[in-house]
Amino acid sequence: MDFNTRTMRLNTMRRTMTNYFVSGLAILSTVLVVAPLVAILAYLLYKGASSLNFDFFTKVPAPVGEQGGGMANSIVGSGIILALASSLGIPVGIAAGVYLAEFGRGKMLANAVRFTADVLNGVPSIVMGIAIYSLVVMQQKHFSAFAGGVALAIMMVPTITRTTEEMLATVPHAIREAALGLGVPKWRTVLSVSLRTASPGIITGCMLAFARVAGETAPLLFTAFGNQFWSLKLNEPIGALPLQIYVYAISPYDEWHRLAWAGALVLIVMIMVSVTLVRIFANRGVLKGSS
Amino acid sequence: MGVGIHVEHLNAWYGSTHTLQDINLHIPANRATALIGPSGCGKSTFVRCLNRMHETNPIARATGTVKMGDVDIYSDASPVEIRRRVGMVFQRPNPFPTMSIYDNVASGLKLNGFRNRAILDEVVERSLKQAALWEEVKDDLKKKSGASLSGGQQQRMCIARALAVDPEVLLMDEPASALDPVSTSKIEDLIFQLKSQYTIVIVTHNMQQAARVAENTGFFLNGKMVEFDKTDKIFTRPSDKRTEDYITGRFG
Repeated sequence: MDFNTRTMRLNTMRRTMTNYFVSGLAILSTVLVVAPLVAILAYLLYKGASSLNFDFFTKVPAPVGEQGGGMANSIVGSGIILALASSLGIPVGIAAGVYLAEFGRGKMLANAVRFTADVLNGVPSIVMGIAIYSLVVMQQKHFSAFAGGVALAIMMVPTITRTTEEMLATVPHAIREAALGLGVPKWRTVLSVSLRTASPGIITGCMLAFARVAGETAPLLFTAFGNQFWSLKLNEPIGALPLQIYVYAISPYDEWHRLAWAGALVLIVMIMVSVTLVRIFANRGVLKGSS
Repeated sequence: MGVGIHVEHLNAWYGSTHTLQDINLHIPANRATALIGPSGCGKSTFVRCLNRMHETNPIARATGTVKMGDVDIYSDASPVEIRRRVGMVFQRPNPFPTMSIYDNVASGLKLNGFRNRAILDEVVERSLKQAALWEEVKDDLKKKSGASLSGGQQQRMCIARALAVDPEVLLMDEPASALDPVSTSKIEDLIFQLKSQYTIVIVTHNMQQAARVAENTGFFLNGKMVEFDKTDKIFTRPSDKRTEDYITGRFG
């Protein structure tokens, strides 16, 4: 066969061009995806970095008219609310996902749970805040860190449930059979084989849910409420970074605007650091050649 | 030591499909028994009924009696107990991808709560030696994932994993069909050595393989067992016309 006819050369050229074109599109899309993140980070650094100092991390907000002050209480408050939300939301979310993938296949209840999770995912966060306000805050008769944690936990659940289900569905059936065939009970197979094999994906799902609620302001407005003073108690209003940023950003004072920028920078760095730490931690102990 | 298996009036269904119809069979202890037949004839379903893996499929069910020694596996014991006494090797190697070679082999014990390190070490070494894999992996036991081995090594590891729980019966569902000829012959050598200690039931598409490793052979067709006899008789003077047609390559 002659590989050097005119048609063959044209074909080769066309294929090469198509290859460049599609590769170019892929690179362009990547840039488009990464650009907003880089832009936001750069802008936050530009606006907020100058207001960051030791006081920012160690002091509570200064009263109106006074200089200085920081967001120590909000940083710790955010940490407490998120820890609470994660410790409530992650177990419930994973357990529901396990039910959907391993025990509820084809059952009515499973379909109902799946549908509810999808709807819950679409509930606007302000609605979640109002719902928890009437379900928790009204019952307790006061705002609380606990109510904030519950609101965020419920927002985390649907994402975690659905990713857990999908990740478990990618675990080959042959691996489950291997465990069952060794006389391992089903519950143990689910815990030690299915969940463990799917864990990288499930951890990603949890991190996505965590990162999403970490910046939520609306559900905290009626629940955690915010607090200008130190509070570590779960049954009292507590400060949170998004709330503090919101309050400072809509204020008429330049000093507070600068602090709001700094707060936003701290929030985004906190999210990035925690997600990265979990990734590093999760990747430890992965064996050579495991898929 | 292995035990013999008595199967009486075994029927199995997937949904409304009657996949096994009135199977009666005696599988002798400490021998290899081969099951041959065209795809979809029910031989895989049959071995899955011997360790109650069949019922892990929600639409599947089975009736009849299967006796392992004196134990009726459907009425005297739970599926979990039965599967600890009856090891299974699957068609495609199915190592646990997150576990090291060591943990893969020890998994049957570890996942059932056994923790004694010294005994685990011993069992892992013994099983890997029985599966003729020890020399190839002894330096990477805990460093490498079970999934990093080659296909043939993975399958031998899966055999070691099944042997580690010290079963009496070893079921092998086309254990070499996904492997190259060299790995296949290693698996066959292995079956030859193992059958003095275990009762082995091997499903195979490869009739030479059945002839090489098994004392007895059963021929399955359309959910029924057509013939069961000494292997050389099945392959030289089958008593049923359908068996003869199958082994001479007229169908299947």
